Amino acid sequence: MDDRIAGEAAKLATQAEELATSLKGVAQQIIDAAAQGPVAALPDGHMPFVSLLTIFALACFVGYYVVWRVTPALHSPLMAVTNAVSSVIIVGALLAAGLKGLGAAQLFGGIAVVLAAVNIFGGFIVTHRMLSMFKKKPVKK
Amino acid sequence: MITHEIAAYGYLISAICFIMALRGLSSPVTSRGGNLYGIVGMVIAIGVTVASPGVVAPWLIIGGLVIGGAIGAVVAMRIQMTALPQLVAAFHSLVGLAAVFVAAAAFISPDAFGIGTPGKIKMHSLIEMGLGTVIGAITFTGSVVAFAKLQGLVTGSPLVFRGQHPLNALLGIILVVLLVWFALRGHPVTFVLLIVLSLLIGFLLILPIGGADMPVVVSMLNSYSGWAAAGIGFTLGNTALIVTGALVGSSGAILSYIMCKGMNRSIFNVILGGFGTDTSAAGPAHAKTDKPVKAGSAEDAAFLMKNAQSVIIVPGYGMAVAQAQHALREMADLLKKDGVQVRYAIHPVAGRMPGHMNVLLAEANVPYDEVFELDDINRDFASTDVAFVIGANDVTNPAAKTDPQSPIYGMPILDVEKAQTVLFVKRGMASGYAGVDNELFFRDNTMMLFADAKAMCENIVKALEGSAH
Repeated sequence: MDDRIAGEAAKLATQAEELATSLKGVAQQIIDAAAQGPVAALPDGHMPFVSLLTIFALACFVGYYVVWRVTPALHSPLMAVTNAVSSVIIVGALLAAGLKGLGAAQLFGGIAVVLAAVNIFGGFIVTHRMLSMFKKKPVKK
Repeated sequence: MITHEIAAYGYLISAICFIMALRGLSSPVTSRGGNLYGIVGMVIAIGVTVASPGVVAPWLIIGGLVIGGAIGAVVAMRIQMTALPQLVAAFHSLVGLAAVFVAAAAFISPDAFGIGTPGKIKMHSLIEMGLGTVIGAITFTGSVVAFAKLQGLVTGSPLVFRGQHPLNALLGIILVVLLVWFALRGHPVTFVLLIVLSLLIGFLLILPIGGADMPVVVSMLNSYSGWAAAGIGFTLGNTALIVTGALVGSSGAILSYIMCKGMNRSIFNVILGGFGTDTSAAGPAHAKTDKPVKAGSAEDAAFLMKNAQSVIIVPGYGMAVAQAQHALREMADLLKKDGVQVRYAIHPVAGRMPGHMNVLLAEANVPYDEVFELDDINRDFASTDVAFVIGANDVTNPAAKTDPQSPIYGMPILDVEKAQTVLFVKRGMASGYAGVDNELFFRDNTMMLFADAKAMCENIVKALEGSAH
């Protein structure tokens, strides 16, 4: 019985050693890759497409699990607040509207700023109005 | 001025804030904190963008924020809660349109966004930009139509014409071809054509969908606005935009799924305009049934409910139309004072948007722990004395369980027929949206209360007060 346990332990130790060696290899590869220069950022400051796609895919999963936990009673505020936060598209509008000079790009950017601003203020305020109505017990007067 | 790297950290924080905003909605207690997270996230995103090196001219930005913010704030503070579905639809349209404008700006000045020079934009940026534009434009016109239908500017009934599906399919194919062409060449004319065609498709897509399917449509457009934002996020290489777009996109998709399940229909069935189309043909034939109906007065209803031990109220779109929620709550308060247990049962697709009824009841100060979802309360109808159905019809129709021929067969319903007495507040004998007769109306334990929902509640309140003396 003890022999068997000892044997198993020895086997495990060997496996652990192998794992450690291979991990070392991986670590070395990462160091080598890092030494080759910053691949993460392209010259223009953009991340490579695959990184963006990774973020997108993971965010979809986060969204999936978070939204299923939203109580059905709050589905209307959920729509209002998602609508408000999706107006973060305003960052694109700001970049265009803030350019030097006045051309079509600045004009389009400015219009988009107005549209998104309506949404941001409207969305958060209407969400707040809805949520402040959800009370547990009626207020005693 | 801050560097791109610091800005990226800012976007990361705001993305996390947006996740927390949705997370907060898991319970009404934490929800207000969630909204605050959302606001903080938005302030950070705007702040780091304005402070980033490329932004040099502040006037257009300040002007835009002030004008847009003022409009948004005034509208949001003035809007009636019953008009919420159309407000949300209108807001969706703005996100879609903003996406189109941002894409257009990026197309004209690609150097400002780091995606190339005018006329020489990278292909993957063109694809992302094209997709964002298409989805944004479809969201815009689709939401405008949804708004018009919800606001009653155009008829809520489905508008169908011959050859509609082949036409849509053809336009869809042309759209894909244009998108590929745009990705390969990046020609301005293709870009404009892409926008025009997408606008047309959004219009045609939502036009045939009927009023009661609006919960699905509004959720679907919610989802689209998210995907459009994500598409633009890819173009700009902005993580906050990508994460938010994905969150909103999946949120809308899940809501659409829940709404479809609540009607036992597939999303395609809804989009392609399933029922409602043959309603006009089947309607009149049904209306001729001459079965006897028991009609009652407000006093009868008051008497029945006053002497009951438990009452379950089933609100529907009719309550929203009549703005009866306040009178209804007053009625419930009087009943509770008499020791009657009052609860509310909400069907997933009641009203015109997800959670519509919950908001209206909350507006009327109904405590949310008296309001239950279908799965949580359906069993209790059997042990309930009175089911008070106000402005709902199809969601209570037992034909959904018993009649395989019925268009609503398979739809989950509230089992009001199991209650000892069923009270139906309705304006007339007209069938519901699905165009099917509700056999419940003709049962012995059903009493019809023919009146406007609000007037009926007020009369019941008067009767209850009168009998108290």
